Amino acid sequence: MSKRYAMAIDLRRCVGCQTCTAACKSANATPPGVQWRRVLDLETGEFPDVRRTFMPVACMHCANPPCMHVCPTTATKQREDGLVTIDYDICIGCANCVMACPYDARSIERKPRYSYGTPMKSEEARFDEGKLGVATKCTFCKERIDEAERTGKVPGVDPEVTPACVNSCISGAMHFGDVNDETSHISQLLSDTEHFRMHEELGTDPSVFYIWDGGEA
Amino acid sequence: MKSERPILDRVPPRQQGDWDIRGALNFMLGGAGAGLLAAVACATPLGLDLPIMELLGLALVGAGLFCVWLKIGRPWRALHVFRRPSTSWMSREAWLAPVVFACGAAAILTQAALFFYVAGLLGLVYAYAQGRILKANIGIPAWRRWSCVVLIVATALAEGFGLLSIGAVLWPALTPFGYALAVAIALRYAAWRAYRADLRETGAPSGTLQVFDAFAFNFGLIGHGAALVLAVAGAYASQPLVAAAGGFLASLAGALFKYTLVCRAAFTQGFSLPRTPARGKGKSGVGAQPGWQAGRGS
Repeated sequence: MSKRYAMAIDLRRCVGCQTCTAACKSANATPPGVQWRRVLDLETGEFPDVRRTFMPVACMHCANPPCMHVCPTTATKQREDGLVTIDYDICIGCANCVMACPYDARSIERKPRYSYGTPMKSEEARFDEGKLGVATKCTFCKERIDEAERTGKVPGVDPEVTPACVNSCISGAMHFGDVNDETSHISQLLSDTEHFRMHEELGTDPSVFYIWDGGEA
Repeated sequence: MKSERPILDRVPPRQQGDWDIRGALNFMLGGAGAGLLAAVACATPLGLDLPIMELLGLALVGAGLFCVWLKIGRPWRALHVFRRPSTSWMSREAWLAPVVFACGAAAILTQAALFFYVAGLLGLVYAYAQGRILKANIGIPAWRRWSCVVLIVATALAEGFGLLSIGAVLWPALTPFGYALAVAIALRYAAWRAYRADLRETGAPSGTLQVFDAFAFNFGLIGHGAALVLAVAGAYASQPLVAAAGGFLASLAGALFKYTLVCRAAFTQGFSLPRTPARGKGKSGVGAQPGWQAGRGS
C-alpha cells in the first residue's frame, strides 16, 4: 500500500499561540495577508458555560480533492503519497480551485505585497515571481517529504523531514506521519483517540484529523 | 447570551472575492448567448432570416469567454485550460466553445437548418456546462446543488427567448415567440422557487439566504411577473414592442440574477467545530458552525 501522509491535531493541547502560523510564513515566505496555515479562534456555548477552542487549519490534502477535479489545467495534482500539489508553471490563476476548496485554503496574489510597502532585504531575497497570479496553498512542506525519500528519514519523526508547523508546535498538539503505516506514531494516536475531520460530509476525505478526546491528552 | 461569534475573521462563511464581475460576465453573457442559440433553433422552422440573431448569440458567448480571459491571473497561459476535460467542467466548456462557434458559423454561412438545430442544442449543452462549473465548486454552498444547475439552464432559456423577443422589433414575425418566452419565464420561476427551497431545506450560509431574500421580491415581480404579462400581451395582441419589453425584462432579470449568484450570494463554506475538545477532567461540549443557517431537513 502506498503512503498517505496526514496530520493529527490535538485540539486539547492547542493553545492558539500561532507559532505554527509564523513558522509556515517563515518557511514559505508567503506575502502579508496570505496564511497557508492559521489558527482559528472559536467561542462556543452560552454564558456561563462558554468555551474557547483553537483550531489550526490549512490545506487538508484531501484524498478526493475537489480542487484537483475542477482544475482545468492539470496544475493541481495528487501525488502517490497523498500530497496535493500545484504546478506554478501550469496554473493560469482562474480561481476555480479557490471556489472548489471548502477549507478556504487557497489564495491568489496578483501583485507583489510587502510588509512595509517597499521590500525589505529578506523579502527581496525570497520573492518568487512564479507565485504571482497563480493559486498557492500549504504543501505539507513537500520539499522536506521529498528529502525523506532521498535520505531514508521518517516524516513526523525526524524534524528535518517534518513540516515546519509541526516542528514548531510548542504544545505538541500537531503530529504528522503515514496513516497507511499501522506502526506509525500518527496511526497509533488516531486509533487511541476520538477525532473528527472537517466537513467530512462533503466527501473530500481530508487528511487532517482533529483529536477531541481519548488517549492521553 | 449566545456567544458563537468568532474572535478572528474567516471562521464564518465570507463572500468570495476571487470571481468578480468579469467572472460573472462569463455566466451572464455566455448563458444568454447560449440560450439565444437554442431560441434561434426553435425559430428556424418558421424560415425567418435569423443569422444576425445567431451571430449575436455567438458574440455573447465569445464576449463572456473574453471577460474570463481578462480575469485570470496568467492570461498568456490561457490555452492550458484545455488540459483536463476528464474531470473539469471549465475545461469541457473550453472544448465546447469552438464547436459551438464552428456550428454557429456554419449556420450563418450556409443558412442550413441542420446547423441552426445543432448550434441550438450545443447552446443548451454550453449552458449546462456552466451550471456544472458552479456545481463542482463545493466550497460555495449556494452553487453545489443540482437545483442550481437546473436554474442556470432555465435562466439561459428565458434569456434566450427574451433576446429573441427583443428581435421582434426588427422582425415582427418573431412576436408570437412571446408565448415561448412566457413558458421559459414560468420554467425559470419554478426553478428559482425549487432552488430557494433546496437552500432552506439543506442549509446554507446566512449571508447567502439574506442576499437572496433581498433579491427575491424584485426578481419575482419584475423579472417574472411583469415580464410574463408583457410577453403574453405582446404575443396575443401582435405588438412587437410589448413582447420586446417583456423580453428585455426577462433578460435583464437573468443577468442580474447571475451577477447576484456569482458575486453577492457566493459565500464560502466557513468552518465548523463538531465537538469542543475535552480538556483536563472536563468533558467535550457541543460544537458550533458560525454564520450558518441549518436546513429544515438537517
